[in-house]
Amino acid sequence: MEEEKKMICIMCPMGCELTVKKTENDVQVSGNTCMRGVTFAKEEISNPKRVVTTLVKTANGVKSCKTTKPIPKELMFDCVKEIEKLKLDKVEFGQVLIKQVLGTDADVIVTSND
Amino acid sequence: MINTDVLVIGGGPAGMAAALSASENGSKVVLVERDNILGGILNQCIHNGFGLHYFHEELTGPEFAYRFRKLVEADKNITVYTNTLVTKIGEKFVEVMGALGNERINAKAIVLAMGCHERTAGNINLCGTRPMGVLTAGTVQKMVNIDGKIVGKDVVILGSGDIGLIMARRLTLEGAKVHMVLEINQTSSGLRRNIMQCLEDFDIPLLFSHTVFEVVGRDRVEGIYYGEVDENFKPIESTRKFLKCDTVVLSVGLVPEMAVANFVKTSNITNGAVVNEFYQTEKGWLFSCGNILHVHDLVDNVALEAKQAGKFASLYASNKLLASDNVLEVEHSKDFSYALPATIFAGQGNTEIKFRLKAKIIKKTIVAKCGDVILGKKFVLAGVPGEMMSITFDKSGANKKISLEIV
Repeated sequence: MEEEKKMICIMCPMGCELTVKKTENDVQVSGNTCMRGVTFAKEEISNPKRVVTTLVKTANGVKSCKTTKPIPKELMFDCVKEIEKLKLDKVEFGQVLIKQVLGTDADVIVTSND
Repeated sequence: MINTDVLVIGGGPAGMAAALSASENGSKVVLVERDNILGGILNQCIHNGFGLHYFHEELTGPEFAYRFRKLVEADKNITVYTNTLVTKIGEKFVEVMGALGNERINAKAIVLAMGCHERTAGNINLCGTRPMGVLTAGTVQKMVNIDGKIVGKDVVILGSGDIGLIMARRLTLEGAKVHMVLEINQTSSGLRRNIMQCLEDFDIPLLFSHTVFEVVGRDRVEGIYYGEVDENFKPIESTRKFLKCDTVVLSVGLVPEMAVANFVKTSNITNGAVVNEFYQTEKGWLFSCGNILHVHDLVDNVALEAKQAGKFASLYASNKLLASDNVLEVEHSKDFSYALPATIFAGQGNTEIKFRLKAKIIKKTIVAKCGDVILGKKFVLAGVPGEMMSITFDKSGANKKISLEIV
């Protein structure tokens, strides 16, 4: 079984147009400028992941936050919901809001700097 | 009255980078910012993807701003005035109002770093009514990310600029339905990675050669008529369709915030000042960098450019900015929409020309030439108008006009 897919690398703003060929026991990547493209394409074809950035509610209004690592794409909305549940008085830059969100290896941390 | 060597107007990434660099080069610096916090638009850009070139790390906008702010705050040669608006720029001075009251700041060199404002419904002659719910993408971004408001439930985005794409994802994650993005051109003005991770990830259609024909609604947006346009961007009436929605987000371009510096010669393509290799305007004491000079795609490039401008402003302030009398004009073929700077000084060393393409190119070589001499070459795998590019070369062989061409 051979599968070929075209995708845009999102690892940096260059946006290389990658071609990924997947055979039974191998994944071949072309069109990449650096090795990060290969890593991205291999993951994107089997288990696509994204960093989630959203807002957390505090007594002082909303503050921005992010997952420290990309999490599986299908968990994006659930992750936002988990963060929506939080109600905090005050948060600080870099504070961990949720450890290993939804059982992934990513934490949710505060990115707002004011 | 305040006196300083270098005055930087605007506390976003360009202003902070310029101030830090001017200080590094030995100048006493004043940085004025109209908001109550440094960071500029970065503070509302909560998405990630910043800093890869500058900090070698992927950061969100507020994190990128935080790093810079800490450096600025730690720098004893930089005095920051927030809540301070420049109302007038004169020969080596500005007048400000705000936290300082009405004050005059004298400087040996001034750096413009005020960024852009967004093009509005009026700027693009958007047809139809003007109900509540027609908003620019940056305004939506501020309302959602800073003020924590919901702007609407059924959204259409006009224009595929990066902020529009980013807001398509943001509004989707906030629970709104983004029906489509309409782009009047045949290609997007946004980065390819944003089309992938902001639209394709959420199955949001991007329709090229399409635009809003008319906004409908009296108090609130009730929907739009939209459809295809021909090659002259004229609506093709037979393609007219109605779509129910309550919000129209405009992501139709940025305009350098030059109102307070409107005495300076500007380019009618970038709408920013015409500058030489030192980011120096026709007024020798006035420098320009970042989005007020030309609209960038990446904040990293804004910071790198501003670092240069800050250095040159500092050198000018201490009478150390030495330029050759032999000024070489920079020209470009019709394949480019613009090239910056407008002039380069003949001499030794490397120089950089930044440019945008008019149309997509695949596997082409861009050259910088002086007469028949090729000064520099750049092979481009795929280049699009939506992405700013640059070519760096040794200028020592140049003695007359330098031109950019595609071969």
